[in-house]
Amino acid sequence: MDERRSLSPCSSRPSSPRTPPCEILGSVGIEAVLDQLRIKAMKTGFEFNIMVVGQSGLGKSTMVNTLFKSKVWQSSLPNLELPMPQTLELHSVTHVIEEKGLKLKLTVTDTPGFGDQINNDKCWDPILSYINQQYEQYLQEELLITRQRHIPDTRVHCCVYFVPPTGHCLRPLDIEFLRRLCRTVNVVPVIARADSLTIEERDAFRSRIQQNLKTHCIDVYPQKCFDEDVNDQLLNSKIREQIPFAVVGADREHLVNGRCVLGRKTKWGIIEVENMAHCEFLLLRDLLIRSHLQDLKDITHNVHYENYRVLRLNESHLLPRGPGWVNLAPASPGQLMSPGPGKVRKRANKDPREDEC
Amino acid sequence: MTTERLTREKKEQIRSLTMCGHVGFESLPDQLVDRSIQQGFCFNILCVGETGIGKSTLINTLFNTNFEELESSHFCPCVRLRAQTYELQESNVRLKLTIVNTVGFGDQINKEESYRPIVDYIDDQFEAYLQEELKIKRALFNYHDSRIHVCLYFIAPTGHSLRTLDLLTMKSLDSKVNIIPLIAKADTISKSELQKFKMKLMSELVLNGVQIYQFPTDDDTTAKINGAMNGHLPFAVVGSMDEIQIGNKMVKARQYPWGIVQVENENHCDFVKLREMLICTNMEDLREQTHTRHYELYRRCKLEQMGFVDVGPENKPLSMLATGLQETYEAKRHEFYGERLRKEEEMKQMFVQRVKEKEAILKEAERELQAKFEHLKRIHQEERMKLEEKRRMLEEESIAFSKKKATCDLFQSQSFMASGSSIKKDKDRKKIDAATAFCDCLTAKERMRLCVTPPRKDLD
Repeated sequence: MDERRSLSPCSSRPSSPRTPPCEILGSVGIEAVLDQLRIKAMKTGFEFNIMVVGQSGLGKSTMVNTLFKSKVWQSSLPNLELPMPQTLELHSVTHVIEEKGLKLKLTVTDTPGFGDQINNDKCWDPILSYINQQYEQYLQEELLITRQRHIPDTRVHCCVYFVPPTGHCLRPLDIEFLRRLCRTVNVVPVIARADSLTIEERDAFRSRIQQNLKTHCIDVYPQKCFDEDVNDQLLNSKIREQIPFAVVGADREHLVNGRCVLGRKTKWGIIEVENMAHCEFLLLRDLLIRSHLQDLKDITHNVHYENYRVLRLNESHLLPRGPGWVNLAPASPGQLMSPGPGKVRKRANKDPREDEC
Repeated sequence: MTTERLTREKKEQIRSLTMCGHVGFESLPDQLVDRSIQQGFCFNILCVGETGIGKSTLINTLFNTNFEELESSHFCPCVRLRAQTYELQESNVRLKLTIVNTVGFGDQINKEESYRPIVDYIDDQFEAYLQEELKIKRALFNYHDSRIHVCLYFIAPTGHSLRTLDLLTMKSLDSKVNIIPLIAKADTISKSELQKFKMKLMSELVLNGVQIYQFPTDDDTTAKINGAMNGHLPFAVVGSMDEIQIGNKMVKARQYPWGIVQVENENHCDFVKLREMLICTNMEDLREQTHTRHYELYRRCKLEQMGFVDVGPENKPLSMLATGLQETYEAKRHEFYGERLRKEEEMKQMFVQRVKEKEAILKEAERELQAKFEHLKRIHQEERMKLEEKRRMLEEESIAFSKKKATCDLFQSQSFMASGSSIKKDKDRKKIDAATAFCDCLTAKERMRLCVTPPRKDLD
């Protein structure tokens, strides 16, 4: 911004420091722009990409099915004829779901084989590289000369991490993974299969997890530094008290007191998924879909993607340039897992936050 | 894996899913709207028209606010653009409105370059956004977008046709900004004339290939009204902030001795249509068109000019990242600048060289002249010397002659005294004869030259 060419004899920057607030003396119709926005949103539709990470058997696929009330995965039971995957593979599936005229393009990425090996060293690498690959794709599209009107967004907006219900505290694998991932993507940890813990055990487990997260400086979604105003702060602190949610997933319906509810039937009772007294599934659903979906996408776009872009562009200067130089050096995960330059500020009037430890 | 293959694969995988319950994402547009309300909106209007045609009044009337604007003078040497930003708030919507006025448009005697400052301003705003977008550490969500979203072009109500200046300006702006042409001060035209004028204007615009903004008709909710409005272009508008009482209401109007022109009366002028189209229905579309069409076009041209290509040699996709984005952009700019400096230097050198050569030639000529002059001088000198020589000789001769004459006289007087008178007479006569004979010997010329006195007669 320091190098501007000499400008024509007109003030080409509007006088923004002094923007006097003016009073409108009657109705103009500026409000109608909100309706315009709504119409535009309905027409273009929405995109949402979610990734579920956790060891096998924790109920990830069932949870996804329950969240979107449909058979996202063909079958939630693992195919026992095939051998267990030896390495971590990522498995992505895209659907379009429609509700009340609104179309949502949903992409769910599953990670079978995570944490299942004997030696789980660097098991987060394929996941990180997948996430970075999506960023890379978006960046390439953005840098084209002739760009598409609407760049397809495949970046992972939210990563749901399933913590096994040991009842003690976070395991080393969990801590390592969370630490690395929360810098690159929005992470929402949940306590899986919460029906194996009593309410007291749940609360104790939750507070221990929260302590662990604080000790290791892991900033999960909703991040404190992105709270914009007082309302946000209030809302988000309430959510932060409840993280991680203790969830149970089910895709079978049972009859309880004359109502048809989703739940798990056991000999000692039926666990209702949508009952707040039984588990906190509703909180998770509301967070992900009903209230914070747009916010998840915003943070992914404005913060995580920008961080990636900065890293990548700084890096590419080190590449030799020559005639006909075509391919980029492959973005190896090792390079990009170095601690980022700090989160990009979302609002100019906020003080810059320190980088995490 | 190229991008195309990926998208194709993804397309094959996408299938519709039916849900067996209520998920609840129909609140998504509300989430989007909430976020936009938090961020606030930004809208930039450029008003192009002659001084005094009513631009400021119309903007005041449109937004129902008295923006502080002083009357502009008619005596500007060139067209200038003046931008002012205001913050408006209506219920919970905050709008950052920037009005850019052209000062001195159409006032100059020579209007050839009138459109240039406007085009430059628009390009400058695109350039600023492009530079921000290409930065490594950028803050696009915080960026105050100053790109012009709509250009209101005010046509003078002559009733005849478009003027050349209007045509020229609109033609140079139509690929850079959304243009909405307006007929200003429409209360000076009668209804029948207005219809003819509108048709004439539109046909002229179409004939000359000027692309004005068409209200979008692809969405069902707005297609009908937009389509109808498209037929009413250009809007004939009247602006006024004065309120006159009509019936029991106070309305904005202009009062004449012969009647009152009501601004918000659809029968009187198209002001309500303009407000409806500009603000209530299409503000978002205008912004989108600016960003996806005009800005992308500018970006594409600028980057291609800088030498970036999407497909490098051997037809493999070439990424800008490989050439180091922002730095290369800056580097190329430096390069061009350096090149320009170099060329300037070259020309300077050439100029100095030529000057030296010319000087040498002139010096040569001077020297030649000098030599000639000297030569001539020498010749003259020689001649004079010769002449001097001759004179001296002549002088010597005359001296010699006068000496001889003196001796002759002496001899004569001697002989006269010795012989007496007769003899003297004879001798005198002889002497005189001798003298006269001697005198006769001298040529006439010599006699004249020596200024000989005639022989003495009194000797007889």
